[in-house]
Amino acid sequence: MMRILVLLLCLMPVFGYAGEAKDLAEDPVLEKRMIGLAEKLRCLVCQNESLASSHAELAEDLRREVREQMKKDKTDQEIIDYLVARYGDFVLYDPPMKNYTILLWFGPFALLLGGAGALIYQLRKRRQTVPEISLSVEAQQRAAALLNQDKDNQA
Amino acid sequence: MMRFILPFIVFIVLAFFLFRGLSLDPREVPSPLVGKPAPAFSLPQLQVPTKQFSSQDMKGKVWLLNVWASWCVSCVQEHPVLVELARQNIVPIYGLDYKDKSADALTWLSRGGNPYVLTVSDTDGRIGIDYGVYGVPETYVIDKQGVIQYKQIGPVTPQNLQEKILPLVAELEKK
Repeated sequence: MMRILVLLLCLMPVFGYAGEAKDLAEDPVLEKRMIGLAEKLRCLVCQNESLASSHAELAEDLRREVREQMKKDKTDQEIIDYLVARYGDFVLYDPPMKNYTILLWFGPFALLLGGAGALIYQLRKRRQTVPEISLSVEAQQRAAALLNQDKDNQA
Repeated sequence: MMRFILPFIVFIVLAFFLFRGLSLDPREVPSPLVGKPAPAFSLPQLQVPTKQFSSQDMKGKVWLLNVWASWCVSCVQEHPVLVELARQNIVPIYGLDYKDKSADALTWLSRGGNPYVLTVSDTDGRIGIDYGVYGVPETYVIDKQGVIQYKQIGPVTPQNLQEKILPLVAELEKK
């Protein structure tokens, strides 16, 4: 008897959890599609969270709105347009290519190219300022002698 | 010489951008609705729920639409500014009570004074979504043609009232 009671108590959190996912149960396919879309959208209240993960009240309302529009057979693009018309491109995690986002899209590549260019320029310049010096046989022998002397000293 | 000038220029450019970043508010998302017709709505009035108020009724007038709620913290700060503005009788202020309980909203108005010609109740926040509301309070300046000319995100302060809203209202009135 006691064992069954303990077992039932252990199962309690499971029941508690099932209560929260009520929306999912209504229409799992639609919910999955909604979450998929909402993950690409930014919550405006807590700006570093997606619409899918945010617990802000506005996010809940917007998820409801997305859900309802999906029920009305709107396409994902139509829903995105609907939200962009109200909240601007800011809601998109994937910013569109526009005049004012050119720097955002190509800035890093421009920096990379600039950096590579500067590096090549510097390397070329260095090669010019430090020319290869060819030693005469005599000088090479002297150098070898000096190096050996150095080795002897160390020993 | 170049060795010093180039890093200096890079430093100046970087410092400029970083300094600029200090005065930018990431919470302020520019509204795509500025310059567009204000979304039409017809909602029950807060004081007389049986009566509807429609945004179409305001055609031909310059007006302010102030989104507020009794649960909104910054609205407390904004409220006296609006009461004072209403007293001056420069521009009519209409309220949109956003996701609020009517009883709470009425208590709130009776406590702080009512600057609104009337307030409508947007209980489930749908009209708020149409207006792109994401943080209460927000205030919209709407012109005679029903076009949104300005959106104030966050509380209206005496400063932005003097610098932005009132000059804009005066200009729109002349049109």
